[in-house]
Amino acid sequence: MSEFDPGELPSIASMTDQVRPVPLGMAVTSVHFLGDTAHFVGAEENVAVVSGKGEVSQTPVHGGAILCSVCDSERIVMGGDDGKLVALNAKGEVSTLATDPKRRWIDTVALHPDGAVAWSVGKTAFVRSAKGEEKSFDAPSTVGGLAFAPKGLRLAIAHYGGATLWFPNMAAKPEFLEWAGSHHAVTFSPDNKFLVTAMHEPAMHGWRLADNRHMRMSGYPGRVRSMSWSAGGKGLATSGADTVIIWPFTSKDGPMGKQPAMLAPLQARVSVVACHPKDDILAAGYGDGTVLMVRMEDGAEILLRQNKGAPISALAWNAKGTLLAFADEDGDGGLLQF
Amino acid sequence: MPEPSSQKIPVTVLTGYLGAGKTTLLNRILSENHGKKYAVIVNEFGEIGIDNDLIIGADEEVFEMNNGCICCTVRGDLVRIMDGLMKRKGKFDAIIVETTGLADPAPVAQTFFVDEDVQKNARLDAVVTVADAKWLSDRLKDAPEAKNQIAFADVIVLNKTDLVSKPELAEVEARIRGINPYAKLHRTERCKVELADVLERGAFDLDRILDIEPDFLEADEHDHDHDHDHHHHAHDHHHHDHGHGLKHYHDEDMQSLSLRTDKALDPTKFMPWLQNLVATEGQKILRSKGILSFAGDDDRYVFQGVHMMLEGDHQRKWKEGEPRESRLVFIGRELPEQAIRDGFERCIVS
Repeated sequence: MSEFDPGELPSIASMTDQVRPVPLGMAVTSVHFLGDTAHFVGAEENVAVVSGKGEVSQTPVHGGAILCSVCDSERIVMGGDDGKLVALNAKGEVSTLATDPKRRWIDTVALHPDGAVAWSVGKTAFVRSAKGEEKSFDAPSTVGGLAFAPKGLRLAIAHYGGATLWFPNMAAKPEFLEWAGSHHAVTFSPDNKFLVTAMHEPAMHGWRLADNRHMRMSGYPGRVRSMSWSAGGKGLATSGADTVIIWPFTSKDGPMGKQPAMLAPLQARVSVVACHPKDDILAAGYGDGTVLMVRMEDGAEILLRQNKGAPISALAWNAKGTLLAFADEDGDGGLLQF
Repeated sequence: MPEPSSQKIPVTVLTGYLGAGKTTLLNRILSENHGKKYAVIVNEFGEIGIDNDLIIGADEEVFEMNNGCICCTVRGDLVRIMDGLMKRKGKFDAIIVETTGLADPAPVAQTFFVDEDVQKNARLDAVVTVADAKWLSDRLKDAPEAKNQIAFADVIVLNKTDLVSKPELAEVEARIRGINPYAKLHRTERCKVELADVLERGAFDLDRILDIEPDFLEADEHDHDHDHDHHHHAHDHHHHDHGHGLKHYHDEDMQSLSLRTDKALDPTKFMPWLQNLVATEGQKILRSKGILSFAGDDDRYVFQGVHMMLEGDHQRKWKEGEPRESRLVFIGRELPEQAIRDGFERCIVS
C-alpha cells in the first residue's frame, strides 16, 4: 500500500463528490465513448453500456477474453480469444467483422478515419478497406501493435526488432524501421511526422519519419502501457512511471535532446493516461486506485478518486471533452460531467 | 504491491525431445478427473485430444532482452499470451507450457523471472522433462537440446520403460544421473505418473528449497541393498560406485557440481563471488540452488538461479540442533569445477 494519501493534502482540490459512481460488476480493461454514452470493455465477454442516468446494461460481444479494443465516433471494434473481430455501434448492435478459421487470438486492432479496420493474429496483420477489400501482411514476428497513419492508407506494425510501415494499396516494399527489442503498442503523431512505440522493456522508441532518425525515450521504472496525444499533438503523455511523463512534440526534432514534463507525482505507478481532446488537460489513473485531473501548463491537480481500490485500468474523455469515464480492474467505475 | 506467491498462478513447463511422450502426458493431465482446470500453451494445435477453450497455440519466439546480456532470453509470445490469459483469471487454476521437442527450457523459465507483469501474476512451478527410455541415451550423444532438457529438469518422467530391458533402463538412468542427479525421476509406461508428482512441485519456490540432496539417494531407498552411509560423501559422488549396481557416468559436456561446508560463510565475500560467477559463467550454468549459513546470521539463506538470474532470500531461523551446513548445487555445461571450488573455499570464514 502506498502511504501517500492525496486526500489529506490541502493543496489538492477535490471533485470526488461530483463523480457518479458506476458499479460495473466485472473486471474492466478499457472504456470508450460513443457519443455521450460510456462503454466499459470488460476483461471477458461483455461491454457495459452506461446511460447518462448511470444505468448499466451489459452487451455480450465475445465468447472469452477481450484482448484489444479501439473506437471511432461510430463503433467500438474488439478482438477476442474466441478468434473473433467484433464491432459494437451506438445503437447496441453487435456485428462480427472477421473470424479466424483456427480460432486463434485476435491480438491487436486499429481503425482508420475512413472506416478501414486492421487487426492481427500472431504474425499476420490484416487490413480491410472501407470498401471491404482485405489484404494481409506477415510480420517477421508476432505483431505487438497496429496503428493507421493519420493520412493515406498506411499501417504501422510493431514487432520484435522494430516496426514496419505498410501501404496495403501499393506494390512498394514495406518500409522497415529497425530498433533492437520487442515493440508493442504503436502510435503516429497527429501531424504524421513521428512514429512511437512502447517497448517490452521500460522504454519507448520513436522515429522521425522524414529521415528515420531515432528517438530514445527511456528512464521508466515500468513498462509503458498507456499513451495519449495531447490536444493538437503537442505532447505524448505516458504511463509507466510514478509521474505522468509527457514528451514534447512541438518542434521538428520532436523530443530529441529534450526533457519530458513530469506531472502529478504520487507514490504509485501511473497505469493509464487520457488527454483532453481540446484543452491542455489530462486525466491520469494510478496503480493505487487514484484518479487525478492535471493541467498541463502548471501541473495543477484535481482529485477525482481517492487512492483506494484496484489499479485504474480504463480512462477516457468523450469527443467534446465534457465527460470523463474511468474504472478500475475490479469494475469500480465513475463518470464525471463538466 | 506484488501478489503473495500463493495467489500467483503456478506454471509448469513441459519439455522433452521429439516423440518422448509430452502430448501423452498432457492429455493425461487434462483428462484425469482432478477437478482442476488448466490453461495449456502448446506449440502445435490439434495434437491435444481434449476440447478446451483454454488451449492456446504459441509461436515459440525467443527474444533477447535488450539489456546486453546475451543469455537473457525470454519467450516474447509467452509475455503476450500471459497478458491475455490474465483477463480470464479465475477461469483456470494453473498453466502448462508445452515446448517443442527442440526447445531450450531456459527462455521459458526466464520469462517468469524477467517480465514484471508476468511475475506479478504467475510463478514458475517446475520444469518437467519427459524422456524416452529407449532413445534418450542416443539423443544425449547427438542432440544437445535433449541434454539441456535433462539438465534443466526438476522432474524427469522416464517414459516407455516397457520398451527396454532392465539393464537398458539402469543404463539410461545412470546417464540421466550423470547429468542431473537432483531431479525427481519417475519411471513410466505411457506417461502413467501421479499428477501430484509432476504438478504443484514448487521447485522454484525459495521456501521449498529444502532438500537439494541428489534424488537417487531417496529414489533408490526401496533397493535395500545399499549402504545409507553414502549420504556423507554425496558431495563428490561423481566417481563413486555406491555398490548398489548403478553405474555412474560422468557426462563430458554437462555436469552437476555440489559444494558443501559446515563452516559459516562470509556474506560480504560470498555474495559478490556468486554474483560474479553467474555474471561470467552464467551461459554455462543452467540451474543453481543453495541453502546457506552465514556468519553472525541466525537465518537460513536460500537462493536459486537460472543462468545469470539469481533470486535469494532469508528463509527461516536455523532450528535448534539443526546442522548449520551450507550446500550449493550447480548444473551446467563445462563448468570450471576447480575454479568454482576454490572460489567457494575463499568465502568460508576462517
